[in-house]
Amino acid sequence: MSASGPRSAGRTRPRGRWTDRLLRIYVWLVLAWLFLPIAVMIVFGFNDTQSKSNVSWQGFTLKWWGRLDEYPDLVVAVRNSLLIALVSVAVTTVLGTLMGLALGRHRFRGQGATNLAMFAAISSPELVMGASLLSLFISAGVETGFATVVIAHVLFSLSFVAITVRARVVGMDASIEEAARDLGATPWTTFWRVTFPMILPGVVAGALLAFALSIDDFVITQFTSGATQTFPLWIWGATRIGMPPQVNIIGTLIFAVGVAVAVLNAVTARRRGT
Amino acid sequence: MTETQEGAGAAADAPGAPPVPAIELDGVVKEYLAHGEVVQAVKGVTLTIAEGEFFSLLGPSGCGKTTTMRMVAGFEEPTRGTVRLHGRDVTDVPPDRRDVNMVFQSYALFPHMNVWENVAFGLKRRKVPSGEIARRVGEMLEIVALTGREKRRPREMSGGQQQRVALARALVNRPRALLLDEPLGALDLKLRQAMQIELKRIQREVGITFVYVTHDQSEALTMSDRIAVMNDGRIEQLAGPREIYERPATAFVAGFIGTSNLLRGTVDRVESGCAVLRVGAEGRVLAAEGAHRAGEAIAVTVRPEKITISTEEPAGGLSAVRGTVSEVVYLGLYNSYAVSLADGAEVTVFQQNALDSTSTAERGDAVWLSWQPQHSYAIGS
Repeated sequence: MSASGPRSAGRTRPRGRWTDRLLRIYVWLVLAWLFLPIAVMIVFGFNDTQSKSNVSWQGFTLKWWGRLDEYPDLVVAVRNSLLIALVSVAVTTVLGTLMGLALGRHRFRGQGATNLAMFAAISSPELVMGASLLSLFISAGVETGFATVVIAHVLFSLSFVAITVRARVVGMDASIEEAARDLGATPWTTFWRVTFPMILPGVVAGALLAFALSIDDFVITQFTSGATQTFPLWIWGATRIGMPPQVNIIGTLIFAVGVAVAVLNAVTARRRGT
Repeated sequence: MTETQEGAGAAADAPGAPPVPAIELDGVVKEYLAHGEVVQAVKGVTLTIAEGEFFSLLGPSGCGKTTTMRMVAGFEEPTRGTVRLHGRDVTDVPPDRRDVNMVFQSYALFPHMNVWENVAFGLKRRKVPSGEIARRVGEMLEIVALTGREKRRPREMSGGQQQRVALARALVNRPRALLLDEPLGALDLKLRQAMQIELKRIQREVGITFVYVTHDQSEALTMSDRIAVMNDGRIEQLAGPREIYERPATAFVAGFIGTSNLLRGTVDRVESGCAVLRVGAEGRVLAAEGAHRAGEAIAVTVRPEKITISTEEPAGGLSAVRGTVSEVVYLGLYNSYAVSLADGAEVTVFQQNALDSTSTAERGDAVWLSWQPQHSYAIGS
């Protein structure tokens, strides 16, 4: 997407050859800077390494792809991470969408306070949130584990969904919903036939963000997980003895799924004309 | 929804009974709370709109015309007063259960649906059989000349086409009344004029009551059967276009519709039902109607095109004032003169350009302005 920027600028505005080239180099440098770590992760999933540490290139192999379940506790950790992400994204998406709708459409008492709480949740350091959640759970007598991780993940990703949806709602002409009511649609039908399809790209983008935040969260999860192992926690433990290439492969898969959903969302939104 | 739109209100149209008006507003008031203060957007509007009428609410922005229409549609609830549609009190009925449809200023088309889906939306909500939906949507797209564009998305269409989709989407439901909120506001002048004629044709064709909100006086005059001129939350005058133009009831209406001259003077005497105002040393203005007493100070309006400009003193039966031409503007079809009176008032005169179009007066000329007594009216302030 960023690559189309300089190309279209070059079309509309003639510029000198060397500045054009400079801009092009700059763009590729930025892209490289963004994608090099991911490329390294993907490449080392194919590394024919013999030692425990997977840091120097030994040659190409596909063998790790066939041995994904070599470490049973890694499989459990990945499954936990996916489950936590799915449950927390489901809860967050519903709650965050409703929040975004309320904040974008209506003026109400406590709106300022809600905005403040949302930005506080975004800007507070993870360490602070994790530590305070842990002491909250301990003082409330709640045993930490799967459920407390889900609660924590909902907490820190809710604001992101609410803000993404709110942006979508604010940019939407309110009379479109009135038109639906005027044409005989009940409030319920209006929501599902008109409002929801129009805010859907925002909802999907928010859900993706929540998924990305949840799947790789380490700090807050570490505080609130108790005995539950997640993918990032397993990697943290494994780095001390050497990270197996399976970690790279799982990372690659998660990245691929995320990119695929994001691209799908952008393409369908464009095709629907919203 | 238990009743279809076609069925609603039908019982009120019993044969022999006096015709039930399409829309009745009775003492409707709308108050808002803004920054802790109560603001009255509509200050008591009472009006009756007949079946099949093309009715306009005309006024400057912020006069309460859109709020009034939104109360008819059901988007705003009146603070006080009653809204009746075909005799049925709908004051508390939500918009999806009123048998009126609206065309929004922004068109408010559903961007995620194509033209066909947009137009079929209302019929689907009413559970009309799919065969009938297909037939009615097809017919309506034909009326608005959009046949063949069923699969287009709103954003792939021009403003004029979107406008016609919005119109079709509302009309296809055969509402008892169609509400149009400045529907031509976003179009350029040429297209707007074409659409004015188009709207009038469609209204004749479908025979539905149209309520038209606009701030454009020429639009209202062109299309309406009757016009309610609104200002500051109240109706200033409710009458046909001709009467609104020829006989403005208030200074506001006179000033808002077209160009108008306002002359102030004191009633000198009353002669055979005509109040005679003294204006300057030699001027006299006759105000045809209204009970006025000598010594009373009144204001009188006269339209620029009713005034004749000449260098000789006009006959006795006419209103006549003296002045000096301060400006002449050639406008092709007519000349526009600005004439200063002795008391400082300025009068605008339009004089049509005849075949031998030599200007009757030049800048600086001392002239007489005269007009028939029936062309000036004393107006309320």
